[in-house]
Amino acid sequence: MILGLPIGFTAPWVLAALALLPILWLILRAIPPAPIRRRFPGVVLLLGLSDDDTVTDRTPWWLLLLRMLALAAVIIGLAGPLLNPEKSQGGKGPLLIAMDASWASAADWEARRTMVSALLEEAARDGRAVSLQRLNDPQELRFLPADSWASRLAGVLPQPWAATPDQMSALARATDGQRFDTIWLSDGVARDGRDTLLDALQAAGSVRVVQTGQGALGLKPSTFEDGKVLLTATRSESALARDITVQAIGQDPGGAERVLATLPMTFEAGENEATNALSLPAELRARISRFEVQGLRSAGAVTLSDDSLRRREVALIAGREDREGLQLLSPLHYLRQALVENADVLEGALTDLLPANPDVIVLADVAVLSEGEEAAVLDWLDKGGLLLRFAGPRLAASEISRTEEDPLLPVRLRAGGRSVGGAMSWGEPKSLAPFPEDSPFFGLEVPEEVTVTAQVMAQPDPTLASRVIASLSDGTPLVTRKQIGQGQVVLVHVTANAEWSGLPLSGLFVQMLERLAVLSSTAADLQDRMAGTIWQPLKVLDGFGRLEDGQSLPGVPGENLLSGAISRDLRPGLYRDGDRLLALNVLDAETTLAPARWPLSVPVEGLRGAVSKDLSGYLLAAALILLAADVLASLAVSGRLWGARAAAVLALAVLMPTPQAQAQSNDPLIREMVLAHVLTGNRTVDDTARAGLHGLTETLFFRTSVEPGPPASVDLERDELAFYPILYWPITPDQPSPSREAYARLNDYLRSGGMILFDTRDADVARFGAASPNGRKLQSLAAGLDIPPLDPLPADHVLTRTFYLLQDFPGRYDSRDVWVEAAPPDAELIEGMPFRNLNDGVTPVVIGGNDWAAAWAMDERGNALFPVGRGRAGERQRELAYRFGVNLVMHVLTGNYKSDQVHVPALLDRLGQ
Amino acid sequence: MITSAHLRTGAEAEAASLPPLLAQAEHLAGTVLLGDHGRRRAGLGDDFWQYRPVQPGDSLRMIDWRRSAKTGAQFVRQREWQVAQSVMLWVDQAASMVFSSDKSLPTKADRARVLALAVAILLIRGGERVGLTGTLLPPRRGEGQILRLTDMLLRDEGGDYGTPEARAMLPHARALFVSDFMGDFDSFEAALTKAADRGVRGVCLQVLDPAEESFPFKGRAIFESMGETLRHETRKADDLRDRYMDRLLERKDRLRALCRMTGWHYGQHHTGESAQSALLWLHRAMEKR
Repeated sequence: MILGLPIGFTAPWVLAALALLPILWLILRAIPPAPIRRRFPGVVLLLGLSDDDTVTDRTPWWLLLLRMLALAAVIIGLAGPLLNPEKSQGGKGPLLIAMDASWASAADWEARRTMVSALLEEAARDGRAVSLQRLNDPQELRFLPADSWASRLAGVLPQPWAATPDQMSALARATDGQRFDTIWLSDGVARDGRDTLLDALQAAGSVRVVQTGQGALGLKPSTFEDGKVLLTATRSESALARDITVQAIGQDPGGAERVLATLPMTFEAGENEATNALSLPAELRARISRFEVQGLRSAGAVTLSDDSLRRREVALIAGREDREGLQLLSPLHYLRQALVENADVLEGALTDLLPANPDVIVLADVAVLSEGEEAAVLDWLDKGGLLLRFAGPRLAASEISRTEEDPLLPVRLRAGGRSVGGAMSWGEPKSLAPFPEDSPFFGLEVPEEVTVTAQVMAQPDPTLASRVIASLSDGTPLVTRKQIGQGQVVLVHVTANAEWSGLPLSGLFVQMLERLAVLSSTAADLQDRMAGTIWQPLKVLDGFGRLEDGQSLPGVPGENLLSGAISRDLRPGLYRDGDRLLALNVLDAETTLAPARWPLSVPVEGLRGAVSKDLSGYLLAAALILLAADVLASLAVSGRLWGARAAAVLALAVLMPTPQAQAQSNDPLIREMVLAHVLTGNRTVDDTARAGLHGLTETLFFRTSVEPGPPASVDLERDELAFYPILYWPITPDQPSPSREAYARLNDYLRSGGMILFDTRDADVARFGAASPNGRKLQSLAAGLDIPPLDPLPADHVLTRTFYLLQDFPGRYDSRDVWVEAAPPDAELIEGMPFRNLNDGVTPVVIGGNDWAAAWAMDERGNALFPVGRGRAGERQRELAYRFGVNLVMHVLTGNYKSDQVHVPALLDRLGQ
Repeated sequence: MITSAHLRTGAEAEAASLPPLLAQAEHLAGTVLLGDHGRRRAGLGDDFWQYRPVQPGDSLRMIDWRRSAKTGAQFVRQREWQVAQSVMLWVDQAASMVFSSDKSLPTKADRARVLALAVAILLIRGGERVGLTGTLLPPRRGEGQILRLTDMLLRDEGGDYGTPEARAMLPHARALFVSDFMGDFDSFEAALTKAADRGVRGVCLQVLDPAEESFPFKGRAIFESMGETLRHETRKADDLRDRYMDRLLERKDRLRALCRMTGWHYGQHHTGESAQSALLWLHRAMEKR
């Protein structure tokens, strides 16, 4: 530090040279600038004159000052000034940089990386060996030269998990007996096992802790209550009030990911948690895939939502409900009770509900569907529906699926079903057998009290065993399942009410429904539901809260998923098992974030914002500029600063430090209208076209207010077409067809109001069509263009009166075959007007073969290049050709302006009507 | 010593510059239209002056028969006396004239030569005899004289400052002195008074460079004459400006007074200005008597 300024020097002894400045002052001051020798005849008049003042010959003080400043800048620049110099850590031994590198440090990771980079640089300057450790991903403790770490620093990224006590104690053991200093970049969140490591590090050498005062902030998983999404954010530092905004992100109907809703949240001062509820329409809510804290890049600030926000639509359909008033006996009552919590229940007729495409259709004791219904349901099943059927007296009584398996039943049924444990039967009511391993219910606990008194029986069948997913203690099937397309049919062999079994009264009923993905998962009884399942990661979060593909990662057992200890093997993200989705977030509902507490013996500092910066470059540049100014000033003082020199020096001074000035676009195309022709590759034709456009340009210039620039030649493959209002395209049989990109640009050009004048140049020998090679070439060229239907140019077309009143459009040849965009079929003659109101827009193409360019062609002196016709009639024809050109350009530039009513009277007058 | 090779190359260099000078002067002269100036008295000439009755001694050939037939008396047709006058040029060719303060400006010598030659061309076309002062090129008439004049005018003289040559002045001739008049003033005075004594009238044209008029110099400088014979060192040139201007003005005033006294015309020309206006002035001044 120098004089309280955050400036230091790498070579301070160079500053001693500053002492020379006063001496230099004296020397420079004593020496006057060298005289200039001038030849001057008037010297004869000067002879004998003497100077009044003998002092002013010395260098003026301000010039001296300028030079002193330049020299001082050089000296100081060479002394290597550093802004915000690093305080030297003093240590000479190895240095351990330990980073927590958890999600909590991801938000200010750039600052951390910059700081580590600065630490590495400093260590490199001091020649210290360094070991860089991420505590949550510890590597072998090796001390390497600092330079070798700097190159790897870019790959050091935060992870979504934090260091475990085991990892920390392992590192603590590894440090045994080594001597090194430690800089610990903490994420500011209290963690178990940190004290052990700190003790070990302190035993090895000095420890310095760096952490931000802001602390960590995270978002807890969303919950769904009372039709609203509840969000809770938590933080470690609670001193100050803080506002955050949470974004709900999901796919919009177009499939693009976007922010669907935002929710402001406020941490009160002293509060660790903030809660707010987000009320959204069900459709929108179902699309939400995750919540994020706006502007915070951290895995903890993201919470993924799985099925919990998504409410399944379940259609409940029962057979005739003839027992009115007996609510508890209704076949749908228990289902309704089980579902209403977290599914949208639809009730009504099957044909009404199917178009709503429910996720699940429950048929409670419905035996027969009509043929049309059956086909529709099968179709729906094919697409992935789940048909859940419950047995009942009606199903048992029906003849369905007796001999032939019904497509909507998984098994064949025996007639009549059976009843056990009733008054008229011998046996005890049967209880449930434990679920087999391949059953979706595997792992659910079977309660003792659930007994079955009646059921429908499945016919023994070769496929029966594979379709049973739950059975009674005597081995008879209780639940059977069959895949149909992407969907499935599940038959529960008892009723959906408590008539035949106690199942609907038990909690198992709900769990089974959940396992069947009838219900969205809920927090309750998660442990049971997860038992025995393997979950495949779909997407996983990285430390910054970005989603990455997780398909390549191994599956995770459901129990581990519940334990919630995020680690390398259990990454936060979205997991799938069958149809069910589960989100594992960095924070769970119980997480509390506590600020890290460090013992007093450990110095804690913040991240250093200002990084030391080498100022010598600036100073040396300033010296250069000062010297350049000195050149100017010296010239001025000695009277040698003349115009040219001043300009040169000034230009040098201006050009030297400034970056390249943006070249101003001087393209004439932007400033004035330019006619253009397409290059055909045939030199004669191209030259004629260019000369023709030159002639037309001259004509326009003299006769109209259109004053085009020199005509341009356009290469369709390379040039931008947007500048040209009209393109003249002479056709030669052998010109190359434009590429696909060129066609795309030509079509753009035509759609955005450009016009192409196609000229087959063969009207002397051929009519419009494919009769000539040029005509055939034109057809093949135009095939790729977006050309509307064409018509021969009608007598009342706007082209006939945009500037001159014309009926013929001759070029070098006088054919009447000129084609333009067809008039709309509904164009009508308007009362009092001699022409229809057609062609609201400019016709995108004009096609003809009159070789207009040859008629227009003019050399530099204005002489026609090609003969047209014979004698005076020929001159008239050339004149008409020019008029056609003028009309054409006017038409392009003014559009349907001439159709305007305003001009009708005058036009009528001139037409003599 | 000048060798023949040097002479040859020098001559060729001069010859190379001769056509431009001549062309320039011709061009300049072409801008002024003039005819022969008559002497307002009868004499030898082409233009009609008067008819006079025949006097004894007139030969029959001199009688204008057409005029005589009208009246009965016999008349002689007299023509206006057109006499060529001798004009002597002195163009300062000294080193001090070879100066221009800017690349875009001609040197004073160039301008002086062009002007003098243009005047000479005009005069010769007007029938006068033009020559140089001194004995080198006596006044003669005819286009050939123009070439000779051109040749002579292209010869630089040695010496730092020029002095006029007033010897061999034809009495009652006219003279044109073109110089910067920076040299020894006494020699000018002597030449002019000597010429005036012989009845020679004429014009002094002082050709100056704009820098000589404005003295735009600053700082420490050593001023040298073109021939490096004179030098003056100053530490602050801009201080000298006012005094230099005073001296220049004084010299001009003296020159002007000398001209008035001797009946000469005095004019100034700066090389930064157009040569044509100077030529017009010169032509008018030469016409005045």
